[in-house]
Amino acid sequence: MNIAVCVKHVPDPNLPMEMDGTRLKRAGVQGVLDPGDEFGVEAALQIKEGHGADVTLVSMGPEASSEALRRGLSMGADRAILVSDGALEGADALATARVLQRAIERTKPDLVVAAVESTDGYTGTMPAALAQFMGWPQVTFATQVEIKDRTLRAHRQTTTGYHVVECELPVMITVTAGINEPRYASFKGIMAAKKKPLERLALADLGLSAVDVRPAQEIVELSKAEEHRSGQVIVDEGEAAGRVAAFLREAKVI
Amino acid sequence: MPASMALLDEDQRAVVSLAREFAAKEARAAAETYEARQEDPLPLYKQLAELGLCGLPFPEEHGGAGQSYVTYLLLVEELAHAYLALAVGLSVHTLCAFAIDAFGSAEQKREVLSRLTSGEWYGAYSLSEPASGSDAAALSTKAAPRNGAYELSGSKVFCTRGAEADVVLVMARSGGPGPKGVTAFLVEQGTEGFFGSKKEDKMGWRSSPTWQLVLDKAVVGEARRLGEEGGGFRIALAALDTGRLGMAACAVGLAQSAFDAALVFTKEREQFGRPVADNQGIRFMLADMVTGIEAGRALYRHAARLRDEGLDFSLQAAEAKLFCTDMAMRVTTDAVQLHGGYGYVTEYPVERFMRDAKGLQIVEGTNQIQRHIIGRKLVGPQA
Repeated sequence: MNIAVCVKHVPDPNLPMEMDGTRLKRAGVQGVLDPGDEFGVEAALQIKEGHGADVTLVSMGPEASSEALRRGLSMGADRAILVSDGALEGADALATARVLQRAIERTKPDLVVAAVESTDGYTGTMPAALAQFMGWPQVTFATQVEIKDRTLRAHRQTTTGYHVVECELPVMITVTAGINEPRYASFKGIMAAKKKPLERLALADLGLSAVDVRPAQEIVELSKAEEHRSGQVIVDEGEAAGRVAAFLREAKVI
Repeated sequence: MPASMALLDEDQRAVVSLAREFAAKEARAAAETYEARQEDPLPLYKQLAELGLCGLPFPEEHGGAGQSYVTYLLLVEELAHAYLALAVGLSVHTLCAFAIDAFGSAEQKREVLSRLTSGEWYGAYSLSEPASGSDAAALSTKAAPRNGAYELSGSKVFCTRGAEADVVLVMARSGGPGPKGVTAFLVEQGTEGFFGSKKEDKMGWRSSPTWQLVLDKAVVGEARRLGEEGGGFRIALAALDTGRLGMAACAVGLAQSAFDAALVFTKEREQFGRPVADNQGIRFMLADMVTGIEAGRALYRHAARLRDEGLDFSLQAAEAKLFCTDMAMRVTTDAVQLHGGYGYVTEYPVERFMRDAKGLQIVEGTNQIQRHIIGRKLVGPQA
């Protein structure tokens, strides 16, 4: 079985986010494998360990994205594809899906795994567009997955509980952050990853040109969320406890 | 303020990054819990094994990672920065593995070393006895030949993880008095007549178990004698040369941790309307602390580079152990001082760092013994 996992190199979410006009500043910023994608990589590796599978990581982005791919390879994925092309700068989710689909097709996948959304862009639309381009069904918000014969069985998180969904392969799934505990990349894994294949492709290698990836949408303005108003300060002059209790009663906390 | 990664090669960066990730996610927080409970952090050792960090400086054919000693010590320093007792445990484990790698038979490497490098087993080292500490060559635990095996009898003290380790490198007397009568043995846990009789209640390193061990006619087969009969003291000293680098790296990591805490505290703590770090007297203390740490780091890494090049490094190992652990005592004491009253209470970690530093000045040759070793190398044996 072949599994493709979509991964993204994002600015380290533990550091303060910096903007460059309407775009997130990436140059010179410490990047990491999107923490959301670690769950997807882990899910694929667990299927690999249970059933045997070849796991390919696929990413679109500048050369620095190879760091994210190396991290996934260190965790245990078998190979990686990085699509880099100057024409992709500023690509939107739809263009990304188009590019990833062409790259993923080369791996002849039975299953494609992605996170529900990326930590930096947050559109959450790329996986659905990718499934559409593949012509595949998509199972979203998976909190548990297993594969039996050629059928995927997944728990889908809902607001009140979960659905159990079955779907024949091939299928695209998006996994939530709670699905598993992503493993560390061990030192041996890190050493082994250096020798694993990382294929670099440009748009032309995928039979695409700049026209095919022209963004269909554009962020025209950014505005900051209103900051929370500062809370009420109670200075204790002997009656603070009563006033705090009254406040909590009013808020129906107690 | 983590140690700079400048000048490190790619593998070294990978080790340091991995150690920092492990420290941030697990080890740092776990330290407080295990220290408070005086409990050996076995699950953390198991994780080190899963991360492939139990045998970094040993050959790949025996399950190691084939890395340099410098790289291994970077790991020790990072672990000590998060959790000293864990770093000490790894250093002791490596001491035992080193002795097998350097002096063991092919079979011992296959059966014992490969289990240590994978982390399936953990190793310990036992030289000291109630009446022979610094004068280690006076040890009196007996190894008597019996039917093609040895019967070990005596008591050992101050053995780190002696009852937790799966195999303990034990030095015992098979011949006459003095260093030439000592032989090294690999004693497996579960050997009849071999057990931990008392776990010490200590000032620091409270989650690093320190044992008194009893050998009561414990039978050890010839296949578990390490090296030749009478060659044990040489093995014990060679292991200590190497182990001293581990203690030096531990000291630098611990001191860095104390300094980091003191820097944050003095920049945040306001007195007389401004951060206490605005006072020149405080800044001078911080400057001395960080200078000592950087000097110690350079010294232990220099000694390790000599070792990696196959050159004699025992003088520099003694210097590094002496300088780094004395430096750590000074830096951790100053870190407590810079915290004022908060430094003296257990809510802040620096009082633990100060207690932990004291242990480093004593183990693997007290710092007086280090000076003795350095003096002997400079001037020759004393009359």
